[in-house]
Amino acid sequence: MVTSTPALSTVEHRVEREFHHPLAIIARLSRNKIAVAGFVILVVMTLSAALAGVIMPYNPNAADFNAVLHTPTFAHPFGTDQLGRDLLSRVVYGGRISLLIGVVAVGIAAGVGVPVGLVSGFYGGTVDLLIQRVMDVMLAFPGFLLALTLISLLGVGLTNVIVSVGISSVPVYVRLIRGVTLSTRELTYVESARAVGMPDWRIMLRHVLPNTAAPIIVQSSLQVGLAILTAAGLGFLGLGVRPPTPEWGTMLGEAVNYLLSSWYIATFPGLAIFLAIMAFNLLGDGIRDAFDPRMKVL
Amino acid sequence: MTFAARRLLAAIPTLFGVTLIVFFMVRMLPGDPARLLAGLNASEDEVNHIRVQLGLTRPLPVQYEVFIANLVRGNLGTSTVTQAPVTYEVGVRLPATALLATTASVLSIALGVGSGILVSTRQYTGTDYLITVLALAGVSIPVFWLGLMLMITFAVALHVLPAGGDAGPRSLILPSIALAAFSLAIIERQTRSSMLETLRQDYVRTARAKGLAERVVIYRHALRNSLIPVVTVIGLQSATLLGGAILTERTFSWPGIGTLLVNAIQSRDYPIIQGVVLLFSLTFVIVNLIVDILYGYIDPRIKYG
Repeated sequence: MVTSTPALSTVEHRVEREFHHPLAIIARLSRNKIAVAGFVILVVMTLSAALAGVIMPYNPNAADFNAVLHTPTFAHPFGTDQLGRDLLSRVVYGGRISLLIGVVAVGIAAGVGVPVGLVSGFYGGTVDLLIQRVMDVMLAFPGFLLALTLISLLGVGLTNVIVSVGISSVPVYVRLIRGVTLSTRELTYVESARAVGMPDWRIMLRHVLPNTAAPIIVQSSLQVGLAILTAAGLGFLGLGVRPPTPEWGTMLGEAVNYLLSSWYIATFPGLAIFLAIMAFNLLGDGIRDAFDPRMKVL
Repeated sequence: MTFAARRLLAAIPTLFGVTLIVFFMVRMLPGDPARLLAGLNASEDEVNHIRVQLGLTRPLPVQYEVFIANLVRGNLGTSTVTQAPVTYEVGVRLPATALLATTASVLSIALGVGSGILVSTRQYTGTDYLITVLALAGVSIPVFWLGLMLMITFAVALHVLPAGGDAGPRSLILPSIALAAFSLAIIERQTRSSMLETLRQDYVRTARAKGLAERVVIYRHALRNSLIPVVTVIGLQSATLLGGAILTERTFSWPGIGTLLVNAIQSRDYPIIQGVVLLFSLTFVIVNLIVDILYGYIDPRIKYG
């Protein structure tokens, strides 16, 4: 990668100095129809997952051996799986698991990555060098492989999936926050805070951290989709959430054996993953454009 | 020192870190590393043999030295399941994975850059909207689900292509399409926005004003200056491709090292896991190195920057 050296004297001109009121950003976001569509999909998914116990007539784990591998009917709109479980119920309940994994994993990633990135960018020097070399090594495990390697060490199960996916997303945040911190720490107000003797940790919290809010929000909305995808991939390989817990990826992994006879058991859980990721992508792109209209993809 | 040599040196700490992680992998797990590396069914003699061979009774730095020495000689241990050398197990499956990954990269780069250029010259037309929607679907669709849907459509319903396995060129079609889709979409998006930006530059207007053919303006003047961010994205996509290959191989029962890795994780075959993880990271580091060096050729300013 081409490493850019921060041009210290010119940095002030490059940093965005405008202040965007949060309400102005939300107003701009709400005019973006595509982003609103993503948001609506997510609200519907979250609500139906939360209210699954009320709106779903079947228990997602209740086997019915009189209705094994049923094609979609009025009683079972998505059909039933190899144990006669109602697929619609499983997909809706599965939303609880997948959305939970996505949000908590990204919380872990940001919770670790943001402070590390702040320290790395603010202090520079040896600390920065060490942290960046560690990130280089983590990033040398291409994409999905890092989460997969971690799960092979931790073992399968819901908690380990969340931890693996979370840790594998840490470098993204470290790099992002470090970049913003590097350009912020040279600004006049940080310099004056230092001059009046404010301790470093306060400068970081009061003066640097607020500048990272926009990139964190934009990145996180895209990152939740990616976390759901990674977790589903682990589940698909049989290395994710243990059955019979309804999780979209795990359901797809089990469906592979019934592909020849029953197309629907592989179709609907995957459609749910697809919709969730697309919704996060649409919303994330919209939030990015709302924060900085100039960055809008032409 | 030349640009290429400096980049090469910069990759060394990363490679060192990767070997450290793979080295510590079995030593961090609870239990005796010798037993983990020998397999659960190994006799006491075999476990002791491995303990002596890897110097597991000696201090960690010495163990690491032994590990690296073995690595350099291509000795990665033996599979605890098949008892065959790791290099053999990986070696016989490597061509299949290389074929799949290469086909998918060529597909995603050619179609991604091609369609990106195409729509950048037709902004806000029907073609532009169609490709933009397809690209949005491409970046959101899970590779394994796309694989399953292609399989249901073309193998189960239409019977025109094989559903899985590796039996001739026809069985390569569906897996490589599934694997290429995500990267293709990302490369298309980057090419489009990068080209649109370049096409607004003054020198492009100058080129048009002096009467150059549109083809020359686009390919000679605009494309080359749009390529830097595209090449960056292509380098980053090699990670997605390698990771996606694991999932694609599983979907299509493709006999490559991705399938080997997943089976090894399920049977706790640690020597194999170490070998495959090492190979994947090494490949990725090398690809990134090549991309970095390519920058210098595309944009001579970077060499001196």
